[in-house]
Amino acid sequence: MRQKLLLGGGVVAAILLLTAAPALAQDVDPYERFAEGSGDLAQTIVLDNIFIFIAGVLVFFMQAGFALVECGLTRAKNAANIFMKNLMDACLGVLVFAAVGWGIAYPGGDGGQFFGFAGFGIPGWDSFPDPAEVAAGGYPLGVSVDFFFQAAFAATAATIVSGAVAERTKFVGYLAYTVVITGLIYPIVVGWNWGGGWLSTLDTPFVDFAGSGLVHMVGGVAAFMGALALGPRIGKYGADGKPRAIPGHSIPLAITGVFILFIGWFGFNPGSELAADMAVPVIALLTLLAGMAGGTLAMATSWIVLKKPDVSMTGNGVLAGLVAICSGVGAMDPLGAIITGAVAGALVVLAVLFIERVVKVDDPVGASALHGVCGFWGLLATGLLATDDGLLMGGGADLFITQLIGGVAILAFVAVTAGILFFALKAAGILRVSAEDEMIGLDLTEHGAPGYGPDLLSESNPAAASTMASA
Amino acid sequence: MLHLVTAIIKPHMLESVKDALKGVGVQGITVTEVKGFGRQGGHTETYRGAEYKIDFVPKVKIEVVVPSDEAEKVADTILQSAQTGKIGDGKIWITAVDRIVRIRTGEMGADAV
Repeated sequence: MRQKLLLGGGVVAAILLLTAAPALAQDVDPYERFAEGSGDLAQTIVLDNIFIFIAGVLVFFMQAGFALVECGLTRAKNAANIFMKNLMDACLGVLVFAAVGWGIAYPGGDGGQFFGFAGFGIPGWDSFPDPAEVAAGGYPLGVSVDFFFQAAFAATAATIVSGAVAERTKFVGYLAYTVVITGLIYPIVVGWNWGGGWLSTLDTPFVDFAGSGLVHMVGGVAAFMGALALGPRIGKYGADGKPRAIPGHSIPLAITGVFILFIGWFGFNPGSELAADMAVPVIALLTLLAGMAGGTLAMATSWIVLKKPDVSMTGNGVLAGLVAICSGVGAMDPLGAIITGAVAGALVVLAVLFIERVVKVDDPVGASALHGVCGFWGLLATGLLATDDGLLMGGGADLFITQLIGGVAILAFVAVTAGILFFALKAAGILRVSAEDEMIGLDLTEHGAPGYGPDLLSESNPAAASTMASA
Repeated sequence: MLHLVTAIIKPHMLESVKDALKGVGVQGITVTEVKGFGRQGGHTETYRGAEYKIDFVPKVKIEVVVPSDEAEKVADTILQSAQTGKIGDGKIWITAVDRIVRIRTGEMGADAV
């Protein structure tokens, strides 16, 4: 054990030394428009819009990653149900976000501090940015592509909950949850910061570049409340109260999902620059480093705490690093990103175990720990490690305090609203399936057929054999 | 007279047992994937930090029907080729076979083996 610790320490120290060297020896400030003054403005605007479209496609691809992670880490009898939930929180979620959520998330200039509403639908969907306005510092994106990108984020926030409530939730209850989170809870929190609300108008404004708090913490806290209201799966806790393993049915599916999410994150974070400028490659670099550091430290932590390098925990660790770096990815250097990701990787393993063993809330995929706890850590990490304003970077405590206030506000708001939602669904009797249905599996009882269906035309099937004989 | 030699072995020893049986002239064997427990008991696995016990360990069952005077030799061959010396190596038993028929030709007795 001691040797492993020393080895791990040596590797981390080597990485820190490597990145402590001036990795960003740049002549241009990457956060300024590189092409400004030298390029054609109209072309730059087109590039911005097309880049955000592609980034949005990558974020939508994350739905596949979430579905695979959740499916792999649960039992085969619930595989179709997991995919159906991921499918519908994207389909229904985007429609609801278009109808109501968009107007709440981005209420416009005279929007509210805590709640504003610009109206239903997507006003201005066919309008495009005017080069003269952009030249004067105006917003370069068309409403349509802006909505496209933000809708993918809304779907992401919604789908985080699916894994935590897996294997025991009524499908109709999940649909009801999807409507409320994409229509109300997520848009209100987004309005606080990205929509110009109170977090963005503080003396030291809140920094949540791609949504450690606004997206991941919202999903993670809602996931925790959902799992809390549902109660554990049958058999998860023994008579002595000790957690029992309910192994997922496919680690290869789950880790394929992790890789897909990692790829999707290169739309999630760089796209949040909302322009095709020279900050994008730097953001991609920091995203990469944080994810890798998260995976490495989660592996080491699980090895030390659980005596084996746990595969799915390490997958959680990669995602934890990515969740945590979302907030500060536009304000940190590579070393800061590695530290942010590494702490998240260690934290997610400990938080999963704490939630399972001490709090005794059954979250089959660790979404509460991953998105909730590590999302909060990401907000604080920005307050500590932002190169200009970070507490540990000599920038004083102002940003850290803002990040703490924002994190606590999101935590409290989502815990209360999602709590009311899930306990109301429970009281209405549409939250949890019957014990019998849970034992049979949701694929069959909720959707009518298993995710991995029988081969009705195989030779070993008597009905098919007689058909073939008569053919 | 014919005898049935039945052996429960470790799955990864199947290759060496098959080769050894072919080496002593055995014409055919039947292999089944089975689960069970013996003195080995089960074993413990961990998933996301929680331990769980596998009570029924995967094994392979081999069945060979041979003329009675070859049964000892076949059993001995399996014993030699399936042995690792560690717990869980399995068992071999020999039982008498009353009648046997080759389905394709209707041949009976030793001709059917």
